[in-house]
Amino acid sequence: MSTPLFEYLLRLGDDRLILGHRNAEWCGHGPILEEDIAVANVALDQTGEAQLLLNLAGQIEGQGRDADQLAYWRDETQFRNLQMLELPRGDFGFTMVRQFLFSAHAHFVLEHLASCPHDDLAGIAAKALKENRYHLRHSSEWVVRLGDGTDESHRRIQAALDELWPWTVELFYEDAVDAALKAEQIAPDQAAIKPKWEAMVTEVLTRATVQPPKGPMRMVGGRKGRHTEHLGHLLAEMQIVARSHPGASW
Amino acid sequence: MTRAAGLPTTGEEVIDLLHEVKDPEVPVIDVVELGIVRSAEVDGERVLVKVTPTYSGCPATQVIEREIRGALERRGFKDITVKMVYNPPWTTDWIGPEAREKLRAYGIAPPGPTAGGTELVSLGRPTRTVACPYCGSSNTTTESQFGSTACKSIHFCRACQQPFEHFKAI
Repeated sequence: MSTPLFEYLLRLGDDRLILGHRNAEWCGHGPILEEDIAVANVALDQTGEAQLLLNLAGQIEGQGRDADQLAYWRDETQFRNLQMLELPRGDFGFTMVRQFLFSAHAHFVLEHLASCPHDDLAGIAAKALKENRYHLRHSSEWVVRLGDGTDESHRRIQAALDELWPWTVELFYEDAVDAALKAEQIAPDQAAIKPKWEAMVTEVLTRATVQPPKGPMRMVGGRKGRHTEHLGHLLAEMQIVARSHPGASW
Repeated sequence: MTRAAGLPTTGEEVIDLLHEVKDPEVPVIDVVELGIVRSAEVDGERVLVKVTPTYSGCPATQVIEREIRGALERRGFKDITVKMVYNPPWTTDWIGPEAREKLRAYGIAPPGPTAGGTELVSLGRPTRTVACPYCGSSNTTTESQFGSTACKSIHFCRACQQPFEHFKAI
């Protein structure tokens, strides 16, 4: 039976697994060697965090599934990540804007989880919080440098923001899973996080001389397993080896 | 409790023994100096060692776990458990002064204190400088916050024209 904590851990774990996969796609394709290494390092942190969170989810579920089984043997509709994170990696500016918007939100979520009463989750979150500080700093530096850079880099950061911004509504999505965990003091209150996220994002975007678009926001659904057409393709690539050689180890 | 001949009988002795297990990525310091061995308990031929990972995705974690197990097997333990623990999370503040000096002598600038931290987002304020491990100069620049492993950043010394790595404070 699926408990709220299991669901919640899948959401946290899948966000990092999917974004980590997208970031890992930069390995060997970075604009300069240092950034190739940096983005791969960020991806490594995120994949490691996903492994810890999904292993914990498996333990909570109690059906004998571990992180590998959850990562490689679930189908698209069983993934709980934010839709924004599964979008193709785009150009380097797009990757940095997405990382920044996500990491700014993750900071406040992890800050809360690090002192929550669930001991294992608190430990994992406290570690991820430290790692996320580096991701936040790195991505915000690039958003500022490129946004307030050349005409071309400014145009690209603004275009990335125009595309990504409508998806950010999903960062603050809450349902019965969150309500149950808020009652146990585990999950944070997204309504309380929103103004802090907006203040942080506005500060950086202003310095980067770019502006969020005014248009309508996207529909949400990732937390319930509704995804864009991009997730299936990502999973096909991520899962092919495990599914071609079931039970293989090395 | 059974007492096996010649085996360490206390957690302290087991931890002493684990000084022989080096960090596979920074072989100049060992896993105890790194601060990731949290505790050890002995009961006859049985031993339980609790280890905490450095970074969530550190690929050395599994190697370290295997090497700790190997060291305990060679010492004669029959029933070995290496358990990963996550709380409290690892911090570079657990690396002692001697190990910091070993890092510096190896050419890796040791981590500064984690307290006081850096700003969360880039707003153009100057960041803490890292002293060059070769010449000691503070006239250095940060080339990248991410280096050859997750735990290191890349810097350049303007004084002696030497690129170097820094063990990030975390």
